[in-house]
Amino acid sequence: MPTEDLALVSHLLRRAGFGTSQKEVEIYAKKEYEEIVDDLLTPEKFPEYDADFISRYYMGTVTSDSFGQTQAAWIYRMINTPRPLEERMTLFWHHLFATGWNKHEHAMTCVQQIDMFRTICLVDMKTILISLSKDPNMICWLDNCENHKDAPNENYGREIMELFSLGVGNYTEEDIKNAARAFTGWTFTQCIPLYPFGTYLSEFEFRQDDHDFGEKIFLGEVGNFDGYDIVDIIVKQPATAKFISRHLYNFFVADEPQVPAWSIREPRDPEAIAMLSNTFIETEGNIREVLKVLFNSDFFKKSRFMKIKSPVDFVVGTVKIAGTHTFPQQDLINLAGSTALMGQTLMDPPTVESWHTGPEWIDSGTLTDRVNFAVEHIGNLNSDGIQDIIERIKSKGPQIKPEELIDLCLDLLGHMEIDLVTRKSLLEYGNSLGNLSFNNQDSEVESLEKIKHMLQLIVSCREYQFA
Amino acid sequence: MTTVSAPPVLVVVQLSGGNDFMNTVIPITDGIYHDSRPSLGVKEQDALPLNDQLAWNPVAAPLKELYDQGNVAIIQGIGYENHNRSHFRGMDIWHTCEPDKIVTEGWLGKTIRELNPSGDNVVTGISFGKGLPRAMVSPGVPVTSVSDLDSFGVMSTITADQQREEALGVFKRMYTPAVGSGIVADYLSHTGTNALASAQILGSVPGKYRSTVEYASNSIAKSLRDVARVHTAGIGTRVFYTQHGGYDTHATQLAVHPKLLNELTTAIMDFFQDLRDHNASEEVVMLVFSEFGRRIKDNGSGTDHGSGGGAFLIGDRVRGGLYGQYPSLEYAQLANGEDLGYNIDFRSVYSTLLDQWLGVDANPIVNGSYEQLKPFIE
Repeated sequence: MPTEDLALVSHLLRRAGFGTSQKEVEIYAKKEYEEIVDDLLTPEKFPEYDADFISRYYMGTVTSDSFGQTQAAWIYRMINTPRPLEERMTLFWHHLFATGWNKHEHAMTCVQQIDMFRTICLVDMKTILISLSKDPNMICWLDNCENHKDAPNENYGREIMELFSLGVGNYTEEDIKNAARAFTGWTFTQCIPLYPFGTYLSEFEFRQDDHDFGEKIFLGEVGNFDGYDIVDIIVKQPATAKFISRHLYNFFVADEPQVPAWSIREPRDPEAIAMLSNTFIETEGNIREVLKVLFNSDFFKKSRFMKIKSPVDFVVGTVKIAGTHTFPQQDLINLAGSTALMGQTLMDPPTVESWHTGPEWIDSGTLTDRVNFAVEHIGNLNSDGIQDIIERIKSKGPQIKPEELIDLCLDLLGHMEIDLVTRKSLLEYGNSLGNLSFNNQDSEVESLEKIKHMLQLIVSCREYQFA
Repeated sequence: MTTVSAPPVLVVVQLSGGNDFMNTVIPITDGIYHDSRPSLGVKEQDALPLNDQLAWNPVAAPLKELYDQGNVAIIQGIGYENHNRSHFRGMDIWHTCEPDKIVTEGWLGKTIRELNPSGDNVVTGISFGKGLPRAMVSPGVPVTSVSDLDSFGVMSTITADQQREEALGVFKRMYTPAVGSGIVADYLSHTGTNALASAQILGSVPGKYRSTVEYASNSIAKSLRDVARVHTAGIGTRVFYTQHGGYDTHATQLAVHPKLLNELTTAIMDFFQDLRDHNASEEVVMLVFSEFGRRIKDNGSGTDHGSGGGAFLIGDRVRGGLYGQYPSLEYAQLANGEDLGYNIDFRSVYSTLLDQWLGVDANPIVNGSYEQLKPFIE
């Protein structure tokens, strides 16, 4: 049974993926909604993305440490992956476990970390936190390589609880010191220098002689704990279930207040968080199961346009509609530059606490950058996606009234909903343009310009900022 | 209130990550300092003397020069009670003056409302860099955020003039605030409307500026140059915000911290030189702060999060010198048994700047009454 509600499928693909064209929405909608969700949650059913293809065009992704090319390659993957949720979840873990390029031992370890997120993106929380704790890039980022038996460094011990699992208020300073001791000796091998031998990755290394085997007291439990035990104890805390659920809600459903407020302010939908947390606890932190509940819930289906797009959502979503960059063309690096200008430099979050989300993405500067980006890309009449939009509008001809044009454009740009102020402004403009007609070559050329201007204005409106 | 001929201006420089104040202004004759910093301590022979107990990190020489000219007030031991060692909360507390609850209104957002109650000058407050800090946010208060001063403008990607004018007209109508449209949509309306207005004003700034000062090419130098360009253009900006990141030096501090301090202090020196060349320095005071100081004992490679730290007030009208006491390094006096304490609440410094410099009632902004310093020349 196909899904008739195309707007719902469009909503799902904007959240579980990065947004997409009407053409692709129609392909997904051939299946039932629950089936689409299952497909998205089972990326292994779909062909693996060919990561080698882009490296033939962007040599910097394999031969040296080019930050711009590496970001570009990731954005290219988001646009072209046949497994949108896998990429979306990779971004989720990057967002939660924010690690920055500006401090790394070896550039390829940053790429290695993102690849690691991709392989663990839908598994259980214990595996995820252990993989994170053994990740060379994270070990370097939060200085666990400087966490020694005789000189503990608390950075990772603190942040694994504050930022990655429990949230503020659910542990003490003593718990931090004990967690740090448990992670002593968890370090990484130094890799062979890049030149002249090329890329070799560093690996996790446990140094027995640098590990504190003594007794620790951690979250009320006593034992000769190491990092595995710390993660075990963390994952079974209800606070972890709630904290991760709230992150998933904030990422996939609707904007929550900023993370530091979570210890004080209740979730906007406590029942939804309870539903997700219970699933987390029942399945021992199985992320795939939690997401299955999330995407099939009523609260998710009703959450259309309740999130401000992140810069990555904005850029990738706009490009998906424009239908460009299905081939590694030269300006991919500019796409990465645009997300950076809008406040999200991929693989280089502003601080260890990652990016602030929701309305905090938007200020007068970043709003200007967003509008300018969308106007440029949606205004490209030669691109495949805009060509497709034009064909679909033309097929409703030969004459199209302004009101009709607006509604067609809104649907083709992602089944958008707009308020009266926006509709009135667009209609005034539409009326000044007059009807579209495709009777002869002159009127066709003129009509194409009118469609372009209408599309450009719609992606400039407030409503286009919402996912 | 101090009187200057032009409206007083505040420039804030936020050092993100927790600046190691103990390695900025160093208690150089204190044995505990040297014992606590076997890996990172600055040797007495390398440091630049400040008085018989304190010395500057040698990389901060430009700031020492300004200090020697009498233009730098050093706030020693700044902080607040029950210091929070989280970056997140720490910075939030500094931004909102609320140590116990989470609010969304920042102290400078409230200040900008007082300086421009009608909101008619949308460039009264400007933040440079990526993203708007919470300190500058207050509902209904227009604040301009600029990532690149040279290409700032809505629909600048439409090159045909007539079409651009038309599009801007529709944009303006679409972003007209409407009753009952919801908080976030309303916020977007105001932001879009302000973006249009500020772009119109800021568009003319780069063309007006001439300078002989050559700033370095790093983020803080670029930001302070932008502040100088806008301030000298005379468009009525009263509060500028800039950020310098990277101070979270848990590891390899010796490689990172001196570089940052040198970038920072050089940029500050160049900035004031630039303003003096433009005869536009007297009305400017700069506040340099960080969310916390770092741990007294080094960890072999860097320093962990601490509590009390230091701040600077800089400007021609600042009465240079030391304010407060350098926090004791004696064990009994330490915060959490391992951090520098504080003896001046950060809200005292804010109150001083608000009351004595900007001429704004401080109490409702910092949420209480705090003892003030006397750092300005009458």
